[in-house]
Amino acid sequence: MHAKEMILALCLALFLLGGNLACQRMSGDEEQKTLHYFTWSDYVGPELLAEFERRHGVRVVVDTFSSNEELLAKLQGGATGYDVTVPSDFMAAIMIQQGLVAELDPAMLPNATTLEDHLQHLPFDPTQRYAIPYLWGTVGIGYDSAIISTPPDSWAVLWDSRYAGKISMLNDQREVFGAVLRSMGASMNTKDLALIEEAKVRLLAQKPLVKAYASDHYDQLLASGDVVLAHGWGGPVARAMKDRPSIRYVVPKEGGTLWADCLVVLQSSPRKELAMQFINYLLEPQVAARTAERLLFASANKEARPFVPAHILDNPAIYPPLELLPRLEWMTDVGETLRIYDRAWTELKMQ
Amino acid sequence: MKQSGGWLWRASVANLFFLYGPIAALIIFSFNASRLSAAWQGWSLHWYRALWADQALQAAAVNSLWVATVSTLLALLLGVSLAVGLEGLPGRRQRQIEQALLLPLVIPEVMMGVSLLLFFVLVRMPLSLTTVIVGHALFNVPVVLVIVRARLRKLDPRLLEVAADLGASYGDALRYVTLPLLSPAILGAGLMAFTISLDDFIVTFFTAGPGATTLPLKVYSMIKSGLSPEINALSALFVIVSMGLIGFSLLLQRR
Repeated sequence: MHAKEMILALCLALFLLGGNLACQRMSGDEEQKTLHYFTWSDYVGPELLAEFERRHGVRVVVDTFSSNEELLAKLQGGATGYDVTVPSDFMAAIMIQQGLVAELDPAMLPNATTLEDHLQHLPFDPTQRYAIPYLWGTVGIGYDSAIISTPPDSWAVLWDSRYAGKISMLNDQREVFGAVLRSMGASMNTKDLALIEEAKVRLLAQKPLVKAYASDHYDQLLASGDVVLAHGWGGPVARAMKDRPSIRYVVPKEGGTLWADCLVVLQSSPRKELAMQFINYLLEPQVAARTAERLLFASANKEARPFVPAHILDNPAIYPPLELLPRLEWMTDVGETLRIYDRAWTELKMQ
Repeated sequence: MKQSGGWLWRASVANLFFLYGPIAALIIFSFNASRLSAAWQGWSLHWYRALWADQALQAAAVNSLWVATVSTLLALLLGVSLAVGLEGLPGRRQRQIEQALLLPLVIPEVMMGVSLLLFFVLVRMPLSLTTVIVGHALFNVPVVLVIVRARLRKLDPRLLEVAADLGASYGDALRYVTLPLLSPAILGAGLMAFTISLDDFIVTFFTAGPGATTLPLKVYSMIKSGLSPEINALSALFVIVSMGLIGFSLLLQRR
């Protein structure tokens, strides 16, 4: 490399970096026309994005995160420039509390008026001032009906030694404790220390039967037959059904978790109006229906139901039957008690 | 002698298998027809086709290549000028400065990521692709420095004296003697920096802002929606490209 080339490289590097900076500081107009959507991987179909871009003459840039905690860390760390994001219900509650989320204008969100009845008043945002439910579902048990011939109806089946080494649990402390607390007839949001202690003892007794604490790949474990019972969200169980049709999904009689991922506009967003148009678009009945079909999670918009294929609507892993609702509960903030859960969970994982 | 040779050979093979077994498995399973990583259902190029059609992944790949290119050029610029400049300092000062410059090589990457994030927030630089590039350039400067310095030490100092005798100014000597002799090391260092930047997850994770999802970040977030063999196919391509670049870089350094 000769000196000339070095100088050339120097100029090139500075030029590229400069160009980069220039791109960041696009003219105000251009900047207003790019929407930044921070979401889970594969959470929106590319053709749906293209449709929104075409209709509004804007560009949508998608960035992805892998967990609610990562999302919060990123925003708390000072990342700005994202407009719309999709935290789960409990994380939306935390983000609202911390002032990270902007107030919404109901007039701009006509599609949010037709949400499923039970999603209209979320416990942490009863008047939909900050968060609009987008997708929802339950936590229950996926099982292989070819092996387990009598359909399980209780969380107790996860303690059945006949299935030792063929059980997977979520790798999520609140959900795992939720399962055992419910099997004891308690709430997953209990702050009763004695109950939590007993739950821990029961989980320690269960541990030898558990093949894996897995949140990400239990659909594969189920589909490949490595486990025959999996504690988890309905969507991945529905995915496993495609590869192994004998897979079924049940929310036990003691009840399960009701969850919803919520669309929010960030307080730091410079394009709140466009952000709300985007949220309204994602909730459009036909758009929402296509999303439900793609992701195998139920759409929060009631009006989407007519556009969802029957086999999706009838699959309890995707669309929870409405008669289940009285038995479902939201996961709520347990305040200081979280530390007790933390300690018990660590103890469980260490043993 | 012969016996110990055979033993050594077997140990080397075992070692190689330990190092490359998992990567080989990854590459083989990227051709699996089944969606399940555990079950083999015959050969297929399906996942490579899926990869080809995946726009989100392609955008991430473009981001990664862009970051790697610009940050490598920046790191070369800073690293080479540092290496050459250090040569002119007295021995003790030289060692002190060099040690300070090499610190980023031993600092845990997580700390570097967090400190970069804090720094960018402090100077009010919004996180973006630019901050990722700056971060990558930062950890690549010492890499370039080490490689180029190693080559510089092997240069015969008399060459520069000869150049001066023949009337060359410092600039001329640098231009016509030092840099041409360094060029294999510079190219090698550049390829190494490029590879490291392409693969980096941790620093990128902390410094990425809107529109700055690179391939490693994207792959990590894809795990959430199930381990698709598309990831295997992508990783296989990445491994092959990275190995090729590293091999090329070593080849150049040997020259």
